[in-house]
Amino acid sequence: MCLAVPARVLEIQGDMAKVELQGNVREVGIRLVPGVKEGDWVLIHAGFALEIVDAELAEETLRLLEQMYREGEEEMEGRP
Amino acid sequence: MKELDLSGLSDRQLAGRILESIRSRLERLQRPIRLMEVCGTHTVNISRHGLRQLLPPHLHLLSGPGCPVCVTDQKDIDLIMELARERDVIVTTYGDMMRVPGSRTTLQEEKAAGCDVRVVYSPLDALAVARENPQRKVIFYAVGFETTAPMAAASLELAVKQGLRNFFMLSVHKTVPPALEALLTARDVALDGFILPGHVSTVIGAAAYEPLVRKYRVPSVIAGFEPVDVLRAVDMLLAQLEEGRAEVEIEYERVVTREGNRAAQEVIAEYFVPCDSVWRGIGKIPGSGLELQPRWAEYNARVQFAVEDLLARLPEPPPLTKACSCGEVLKGAKLPPECPLFGRVCTPAAPVGPCMVSSEGSCAAYYRYERREREVAAR
Ligand code: SF4
Repeated sequence: MCLAVPARVLEIQGDMAKVELQGNVREVGIRLVPGVKEGDWVLIHAGFALEIVDAELAEETLRLLEQMYREGEEEMEGRP
Repeated sequence: MKELDLSGLSDRQLAGRILESIRSRLERLQRPIRLMEVCGTHTVNISRHGLRQLLPPHLHLLSGPGCPVCVTDQKDIDLIMELARERDVIVTTYGDMMRVPGSRTTLQEEKAAGCDVRVVYSPLDALAVARENPQRKVIFYAVGFETTAPMAAASLELAVKQGLRNFFMLSVHKTVPPALEALLTARDVALDGFILPGHVSTVIGAAAYEPLVRKYRVPSVIAGFEPVDVLRAVDMLLAQLEEGRAEVEIEYERVVTREGNRAAQEVIAEYFVPCDSVWRGIGKIPGSGLELQPRWAEYNARVQFAVEDLLARLPEPPPLTKACSCGEVLKGAKLPPECPLFGRVCTPAAPVGPCMVSSEGSCAAYYRYERREREVAAR
């Protein structure tokens, strides 16, 4: 029940916003994400945006992970 | 505009390398490790992606009390049936609640018998029902954890603003940290760490678990929901165990912060107040529920529908079925296939307990995704 899905904010109108959710346009409440801007990625849960997703950080994390675990592997290979 | 591309989080190669790291940590730890994923969405994703089968056998992933529908007390379920039977009432609730067995019937059966029960996707839809039916009393049966409580609060805020006087809320919201503490004190299951829920934590923040984690010295990682997220969380937990640390770490950094979502916390505090709450399988946990603040009593179905009298009149609910192991499944003391009814008497089409009804119940997840593999393995 705590499932939340990412959506792109298209247009903000007061306390509501139009978002693109899995190919459909929906209206959701943005009462819980005061700093939201058009173009942001948000997580949608029960008709509201729950939080803004940091898309840059998501990319960055993935890059770091690739590095971290690849290096880990090399280290292991280098071990006697 | 930045695209949100999460496909890398299902990358097999990356997952494989994390699994390698998990394996070598386990070898160094030299003992079986038991981790609990608290959130039902994690349970479903672990089953769906077959992660349990990928992990070494002495790494046990146990499901916790992380499905709000499953932990709702029998009496609270019977109560909403009683309210649904009142003539001028419309009950609105999330779809998952419809088929949960009460002592005698389900909301779906009540609906078939003529009660007005409507499934809503959002509490905002319940407000719309109230606006469209000014002669009727519309009760929103508010189930869920901290993820869902802010939506209920924000909707109530709107109802107040719009002067909707025929909208009522029956809150059976529950909060996660007190339940974790109850599990840790009960010591029914020995746990080496928690995979903490991603979206509950989005609201309450990592800091909310810190007192608990310090007190019980239980390593904890807040995880996202993609395969790489879950595996990385396991790896982070094993690292804590290896290094003798017990901290709250955030794996789901793209969404979760230490402080959590302030706006959501504020709207919860404005409309709700903590109360004691009964959890199926665990019992009464102090301060683990959310009740409407006394100043919103006009909107509180518990106050407006003399619920206490109703409750007093309701017969004590019979124990589910003696053989139903939901209680133990919810505490991580049993795996679903260890229930004698699993898959034979109890199936998603004919569920005996709530864990088989809800899409996020552990029994339903096992039935859907892991039954065949087990059968094949048993052959
Ligand atoms: S399989 Fe059915 S009866 Fe057994 S614990 Fe799960 S829900 Fe209860």
